[in-house]
Amino acid sequence: MYDITIIGGGVCGAAIAMYLSKYDVKCCLLEKDNDIAIGTTRANSGIVHAGYDPEPDTLMARLNVRGCELIEHLAEKLNIPYRKVGSMVIAFDAKDEAHLHKLYERGIANGVRGMELLGKDTLLEREPNLSPNVTGALYAPSAAVVNPWRLCLAMAETAAKNGVEFFLNSEVTIIEKINGAFAVTAGGKVFDTRYIINAAGLYSDKIAELVGAKDFEIHASKGQYYLLDKTSDWIVNSVIFQCPTEKGKGVLVSPTAEGNIIVGPNAESDNERDDVSTTREGLEFVSAEAAKTTKLIDYRENIRSFAGLRANSDKRDFIIGESALCRHFINVAGIKSPGLTSSPAIGEYVIEVLEDCGLILTEKENWEYPEPHICFAELSNEQKAEACRRNKLYGNVVCRCNLVTEGEILDALENSYIKPTTLDGIKRRTGSGMGRCQGGFCGVKVHEILCKYYGVPAEEVLWDKDGSYIVAGKVGESND
Amino acid sequence: MTKRDIVIIGAGPAGMAAAVAAYESGVTDILLLERDCEAGGILNQCIHNGFGLHRFGEELTGPEYAGRFIDMLKDTSVTLQLGTTVLNIENKIVSAVSVENGFEQIEAKAIILAMGCRERNRGPIFVPGDRGRGVFTAGAAQRYLNIEGYLVGKRVVILGSGDIGLIMARRMTLEGAKVLAVSEIMPYTNGLSRNVAQCLEDFGIPLYLSHTVTKVLGKNSLEGIVLSQVGADMKPIEGTEKYFECDTLLLSVGLVPENELTRQAGIELDNRTKGATVGEDMQTSEEGVFACGNVLHVHDLVDYVSAESERAGRSAAKYILSGGNAEGEAIPVKNGADISYTVPQRITVANVEKGVDIFMRVRKKMESADIVVESEGEKIASFPRKFLAPAEMQKITLPKVLLERAHGSITVSAIEREEVNE
Repeated sequence: MYDITIIGGGVCGAAIAMYLSKYDVKCCLLEKDNDIAIGTTRANSGIVHAGYDPEPDTLMARLNVRGCELIEHLAEKLNIPYRKVGSMVIAFDAKDEAHLHKLYERGIANGVRGMELLGKDTLLEREPNLSPNVTGALYAPSAAVVNPWRLCLAMAETAAKNGVEFFLNSEVTIIEKINGAFAVTAGGKVFDTRYIINAAGLYSDKIAELVGAKDFEIHASKGQYYLLDKTSDWIVNSVIFQCPTEKGKGVLVSPTAEGNIIVGPNAESDNERDDVSTTREGLEFVSAEAAKTTKLIDYRENIRSFAGLRANSDKRDFIIGESALCRHFINVAGIKSPGLTSSPAIGEYVIEVLEDCGLILTEKENWEYPEPHICFAELSNEQKAEACRRNKLYGNVVCRCNLVTEGEILDALENSYIKPTTLDGIKRRTGSGMGRCQGGFCGVKVHEILCKYYGVPAEEVLWDKDGSYIVAGKVGESND
Repeated sequence: MTKRDIVIIGAGPAGMAAAVAAYESGVTDILLLERDCEAGGILNQCIHNGFGLHRFGEELTGPEYAGRFIDMLKDTSVTLQLGTTVLNIENKIVSAVSVENGFEQIEAKAIILAMGCRERNRGPIFVPGDRGRGVFTAGAAQRYLNIEGYLVGKRVVILGSGDIGLIMARRMTLEGAKVLAVSEIMPYTNGLSRNVAQCLEDFGIPLYLSHTVTKVLGKNSLEGIVLSQVGADMKPIEGTEKYFECDTLLLSVGLVPENELTRQAGIELDNRTKGATVGEDMQTSEEGVFACGNVLHVHDLVDYVSAESERAGRSAAKYILSGGNAEGEAIPVKNGADISYTVPQRITVANVEKGVDIFMRVRKKMESADIVVESEGEKIASFPRKFLAPAEMQKITLPKVLLERAHGSITVSAIEREEVNE
């Protein structure tokens, strides 16, 4: 019998797992896919919002501001790609200026520190490549960029190191209530548990339905993006937002934690829950909107267009708390923007929720963060030399664009609690294949390392999700 | 830190030819760094023939062509260091890592950049749709097939008519895959004419000109693509959509010189070639740093890569043996009408011995044209050509006597001849 079962291995599930791992409880996490961090978590803007957007006195406002602090701390402890670049909401006219003042007031009410309203000259001094039509900006120094899946993986690894059990390929299909507890059927196994935390993201209303407690609805909203090569990194220094319009929240232009430039998203409401396709219209809308911010983006430097889904709900605030319709069933749902920023604070808050439900939590004595993984590219020359002396495989560069070595890939395989089994799993953990050649050169090498590590033939290795076999067969066997 | 006379980065056809030529010109202390586990670069996966007609007067396969240079290297004192990746170049100090030596720094008197190029992928060409497995660059699929021994798919559509795509259309067909279509957005192919004939026409593979892929379908794994005709504005024409059920989409949409090290070193790049700007001696904007082969500009034929790289090797040797560059003012080479780029981008006439080869690409297809060289409005040379196309690189040789008539700058243009009624 588990005390707590978390459904969903996205950034919220992982954060909750990490906070629960600090207490003496038996806890597991169920993920329907073959890896964690591959739903909403893997395709979003990667922005750590300062916290001036949400209406004051909402859960969103509180968790956003707290999450912003926590991510900075976690990034340092867990070596997560993170840069505190600050954010600018830019204005083009008096209406926008009025909006900036409103955001400033909200930020003050929400406890955001260090904000400044900048005039045109100061703004263009700090961001010289913006359109000359800007009139001013709201600057927030606490905003940052983070690699979202690395944040999720790091929190999940911390949870796993400290005793939370992770089950991949475990889609929850049945939940039965038996004697005040639950029997959860997932991936052909039954998990008995006292509490359920529903962190199933885009599918959280479906999970609530399984216990007859669906009192909210999820609407998937799609956003499309461009990711530009690091050669475009000169365009902007901080996250540049536009003021929201009737058409949506506004397209942003921002550095990423790794030093690329991201441009997007648009907003397509009522999308299919598994449709992350890009469209010509969507991407053209994004580039047209971004042109208002700066005309200097060269889309020939685009290395990847992608789309992500946001789990919007029919409620204004995050839905976090015990279901009114089912005891000991705790929803963590409708985690729309600023969900990524809020995630660690959500983890922290769920502990309070569980205690309010009557769960008695005792802190463990020997909780600790896992050893951070080496990122070879970030080391100094002396550290690189030392890393190669300790393990020769740090001298074998596999991914030339992002400088990822065989040593790092084997480290991800050997020293992860949640082991990657796919090409994309390695990519998320090490950054290989995320550069300008998009795996054109390194894909085959990582494929070979996976075959060797798992002792499987090349035909059995997956690129990403189920069924995504990389190769069709050996040469000479294809004429059947 | 070790010291070397010449460090060459990349042991593909460019790096090897440069190394041999530098040695033959009298420099013996040469280090040739290669990140792969063998020399030859991309030639090793190009098992088709057609290499070497100009250089060796016979048709060789890629590995055979590489083999010729590997053999030549054996008779020199060049140190070939495999499995070594260069991390950066700063003030002629090369930082590199390898399994064998770990992290090391090498100080060079001269450096030759020969890193080659990479394939353009889905990013800059915006193929919309799902993002499941099954979209490969043609070169990645070629590597799987010819080196690893795996077929990436069995029903294939190829986007782009670059040479690698054409070669792969034939290669995958020979291995039992069905190649359903080759699609090219331009109204003409981007590969060599001989490849269109030998790789598509001979195998009955349909070529769709003025077409592009407008949708990729298949959430986890590719299931099909939609091909649409494009208008003169390059935009898809509604109502022309054709669906192809396939498990693989190969991209053959161009090559980009791989100049990350060059950029980090602060060396001037040409936005048209995406390579360094060079003089007639292949020297970049940084003294003692030379560049050659596909890292400089993308070539059609390896034979020309070898010739250009030999020039770089000889120049690097001359630079070392004469203790620096000779005095002399460089004049810029400008692109005139219908020329998209030239290499070199500047010429120091005083350094020219007999003449200078200028490589260029034209902007459009032309039947019967002249490549005209002018200097400040005065025509100094004209080279007649029966046929010009963007896909086929052009070369002219300007003799020193003509160059001496140039002053200020020279401009190269492609001028189509007026139709003459006979």
